[in-house]
Amino acid sequence: MGINQNVLGLVFASIHDEVIFDLTKNRTMGSVPFGGRYRLIDFPLSNFVNSGISQVGVITKSNYGSLLDHVGSGREWDLARKKGGLHLLPPYAHTSSTVYHGKLDALGNIWSFVEHSSAEYVVLTDCNVVTNIDYRKAVEAHIESGADITAVYAKGYYDQVTGSSATIFGIGGDGFVNDVMINPPMTGSCNLGLDMYIMSKDFLRRIVKESMSRNRNSLRRDILLDRSSKYKILAYEHTGYYSKIDSLAGYFAANLELLDTEKRDALFAKNAPIFTKTKDEAPVHFGLASHIKNSMIADGCIIEGKVENCVLFRGVRIGKGSVIRDSIITQDTVIGERCSIRNVITDKNVVIADERQLTGSAGYPLFIGKGAEI
Amino acid sequence: MNTKKEVVAMLLAGGQGSRLYALTKDMAKPAVPFGGKYRLIDFPLSNCTNSGIDTVGVLTQYQPLVLNDYIGNGQPWDLDKMNGGVHVLPPYESNSGASWYEGTANAIYQNISFIERYDPEYVVVLGGDHIYKMDYSKMVDYHKAQKADLTIAVLDVPRSEASRMGIMICDDEMRVTDFVEKPAEPKSTLASMGIYVFTWSKLKKYLIENENANTGSKDFGKDIIPSMLQNGERLFAYTFEGYWKDVGTLDSLWDANMDLLAPAEQLNLYDKSWRIYSRHSNFPPQYIGANAEIENSMITEGSVINGKVDFSVIFGGVTIEEGAKVQYSVVMPGTVIKAGAVVEYAIVGEDCVIEQNAHVGRSPEEYEGEARENWGIAVTGHKITVSEGMQVAPKQILSESI
Repeated sequence: MGINQNVLGLVFASIHDEVIFDLTKNRTMGSVPFGGRYRLIDFPLSNFVNSGISQVGVITKSNYGSLLDHVGSGREWDLARKKGGLHLLPPYAHTSSTVYHGKLDALGNIWSFVEHSSAEYVVLTDCNVVTNIDYRKAVEAHIESGADITAVYAKGYYDQVTGSSATIFGIGGDGFVNDVMINPPMTGSCNLGLDMYIMSKDFLRRIVKESMSRNRNSLRRDILLDRSSKYKILAYEHTGYYSKIDSLAGYFAANLELLDTEKRDALFAKNAPIFTKTKDEAPVHFGLASHIKNSMIADGCIIEGKVENCVLFRGVRIGKGSVIRDSIITQDTVIGERCSIRNVITDKNVVIADERQLTGSAGYPLFIGKGAEI
Repeated sequence: MNTKKEVVAMLLAGGQGSRLYALTKDMAKPAVPFGGKYRLIDFPLSNCTNSGIDTVGVLTQYQPLVLNDYIGNGQPWDLDKMNGGVHVLPPYESNSGASWYEGTANAIYQNISFIERYDPEYVVVLGGDHIYKMDYSKMVDYHKAQKADLTIAVLDVPRSEASRMGIMICDDEMRVTDFVEKPAEPKSTLASMGIYVFTWSKLKKYLIENENANTGSKDFGKDIIPSMLQNGERLFAYTFEGYWKDVGTLDSLWDANMDLLAPAEQLNLYDKSWRIYSRHSNFPPQYIGANAEIENSMITEGSVINGKVDFSVIFGGVTIEEGAKVQYSVVMPGTVIKAGAVVEYAIVGEDCVIEQNAHVGRSPEEYEGEARENWGIAVTGHKITVSEGMQVAPKQILSESI
């Protein structure tokens, strides 16, 4: 069987919602806007598709209206298929069940979907890591090693003050995990888990059933951290560019990192494009007095002012005489004339009147919520 | 299943577009890129969708590969329908033999059976080489109100241009009394836009008669409209107000692109209630570098701009290196303009490479007075390389690499 029938991809769209709660107040982590024209879920979905995985389930929890709207039938990822394709899996309203508490609980709720898939292996991923990864190699490594679980990690940096939601691995000479820590009291270089796991369906079934009988809901706390379990966990290193979003400042920095040509080219690889829902916006119009430096700009924008070191999403308007620096301006934000804006994140549909001055700092960007009028 | 449709649109996309020279060497005219992220055919197709016409036949003949690929299943225009949708209609072989489309009327004649599947009341006939936004449903309403057999969309043009166009002479009720192609002494300034609404039963009758008469031209302008006029059928003119441009020549194609940059832009591509749809290439957003200089231009996804861009339309996936200069030009998808190269008053086709210090086109300011006759825009076709230091002169049309 080819990978497209032998591997099932599962995306947890609602895990880590709490790390950027400003942006996830009305949406899932998966539908957080990113990189000018994307939503975070575009990265795992495109990675699956580019790795030949065409059976995909998206597990949601709450606030998934915008996610449903974005993902639709999965056509933009070529996942509107008769065989396999994309399945949205909102929490099932069993009369006996409540909204899930951990990944294993969530998997228990949707287990019949996993069971009915033809796949022998399952790749689990969250939406908090922006990267371009080929899962084929990771699945091969998992099969060859005979591991129970393969955890994808990358060389990274963890700061106990600002970091959150981090899984850090100790790795032995044999490539297997010999230590697991969650949010440890340390700062420094580490083997940072990317919240991507590969398992056989048989193994996953076993731990899901056990979790249901023992109320062990967390994959990390109840399986990875459980030293008594003696599960064989292979550490698979992802060496490509990635950014892990674990705070609003991290989200801000991850967007601005795309202004680095090398990182941008690595993320938007020509042979493995990132797919997203298209909006049919017209090209960007740069006006007579516009002045643009080092910025990434999505279609549909009309720019009359000055823009430096920014990521502008689709349909943004920037009026004459305005100066926007070091900011993330998301979809359909309208900025008037003669404004001065620096270190700001605007959520969708924000309207900023003429002559407004808004300033945040790089470590604590000023966040302006969806639809606000200033 | 009831497949009936009140209106079916037939889009004539078979023309070679010979006056676009190098740009239509390998693709039909309607597939020519326009306006940063569109191809000419996006305008009539989007107009159909926005007008509520969901059944469109696209008649192809000349170099259809790019166009077929582009139209695909019609999904980008919302024309992937269970009943109706967009259908590409190349000439085909039947038991009475195979033949190419001989003229515009013959192309529709050969597809009578396609149209009949939908049993329409009206057929809208469109060209594939005009830039405009138009609600065809209003024209169909007008056609019904006038109890017309044929309604022709017209544009009131300046008298100086009238002698280059097909001119309708109308009475006070806008009923067409005469039609003259390119009159030396125009009696009216109402020019045909090549957009027709026919009552299908009438059109079918005239198509069959025209086919049997075997006029040789089998053309709407030369045969069908004159015969209908002669027989006293009800022909009406429908006046269109708004931006409309025939982009059948290199100059008009360049002009129409530049019109998008005009301050009083008449063609609003940002109007969300009447979007122009197109097929996308999954490019990331464009990146404007730290040393780029951009003024009054349109640039789209996938482009990386590190040079100077002034009064230009830059398509998807174009690279303009630091030290390169592009002004008053149209640069089509995938082209690379290297450091030190200058592109001015030019159209550069798809996937070209303009090497370092090459120079494409010249400013008209360098051609004052009598020398002005020698000036015009420079054009390179698709997949062309202009080698280091080479020049492409004004008016030159490059169809091979140099």
